[in-house]
Amino acid sequence: MSVHRYVVSVMPREGILDPQGRAVESALPHLDVRGVRDVRVGRRVELSVEAASEGEATALVERLAGELFANPLIEAWRVERLEEALR
Amino acid sequence: MKVGVVVFPGSNCDRDAIHAARLAGAEAEPLWHERPDLHGADVVVLPGGFAYGDYLRAGVIARFSPVMGALREHAGRGGLVLGICNGFQVLAEAGLVPGALLRNASLRFEHRWVRLAVERRDTPFTAAVPQDRQLRLPIAHGEGNYFLPEPELDALEARRGVVFRYAPPEGNPNGSSRDIAGVIDSRGNVCGLMPHPERAAEALLGSDDGLLLFRSLVESAARVTTAAGAA
Repeated sequence: MSVHRYVVSVMPREGILDPQGRAVESALPHLDVRGVRDVRVGRRVELSVEAASEGEATALVERLAGELFANPLIEAWRVERLEEALR
Repeated sequence: MKVGVVVFPGSNCDRDAIHAARLAGAEAEPLWHERPDLHGADVVVLPGGFAYGDYLRAGVIARFSPVMGALREHAGRGGLVLGICNGFQVLAEAGLVPGALLRNASLRFEHRWVRLAVERRDTPFTAAVPQDRQLRLPIAHGEGNYFLPEPELDALEARRGVVFRYAPPEGNPNGSSRDIAGVIDSRGNVCGLMPHPERAAEALLGSDDGLLLFRSLVESAARVTTAAGAA
C-alpha cells in the first residue's frame, strides 16, 4: 500500500452563471485595476489516498470527483497528483 | 396515513413541516437521517434548512445519508416524496428530480413572499389547489436559481415536469431558468420546490396557501393507502 496525494480542481462549466466570478470582477475598479476579465471562481479539494497502486488511487479520486466534489451538470473538474500540481 | 420528515444535521424546518402535515390531517414524525429506514412513513418530506452547513454544495453531503437509500427505494416503489428548499437541493443532488440549484443571480440570500403559478393540478402534490388559484408562499434561500441545459429544459417542459413557476407581480426572485420554482420527476411521485409551504400553513403566518400542498399530499397518499389496503 502506498499513499498518494491529489488535488481536484472544480470549476463552473462554460456558460454556467458564475456569480462569484462576477462579484470579484465587479470589485476590480475599486482596486483601480483595468484589463482583467473572465474571472471565474471554483473550488480546490486536496486529499490523500491509500491504495495498492497509483492507478487504483487515481480511479477512486476520479469517482469521488464526479459523485461528490463536483456536480457534473454544472461543474467540470480536473484531477492531478499534488506533486505535479505544485511543480 | 403517516408523514415522515427527515432530519439532517442542519435541517431547520422539520418541526414546521411536521406541524403542517398534522394540520392537514396526517400523523407525522421526524426521521433521523442516520436511520436506514422510513419507520413506516407513507409520505416523506425533506425539509428546508442547511443540511451539513451547505458545505461543498447545498444538499450534496445529505444525499449520502443512510436514510437516502430507503428514500430511494420508497420513491422507486412510487411512494410520495416532497423536497422543500434545502430538501429540493438534496433531491436534485441525488438525481431524484432533474436540475441543479445555482447561487441566486442577485448573489444575495433572498427571503420574501413570492407568488406561484401552479402549472399542474393533476399531481399528488397539487390536487387540492383550486383551479386558477395562485399560491402566496415565502422563500428563504441563497441557492435557488434553477438550472438545466436548454435542450433538457425543453424536454422537461414537454413532459410537463414544471409544477410551479414564479409569477408577477413579485416575479422571479433568483434568476431561475424559465421562472421555475418547482419540478416533478417523470414518474410523478417526487416533487421539489424552493418556496416554503410549511411556513404558510396557517392564516396567522400571513398565508395558509401552503396547507393546500400538504392537504394534496395527505389526501393523495390516503387514497393510495386505502387502495392498497383494499387490494
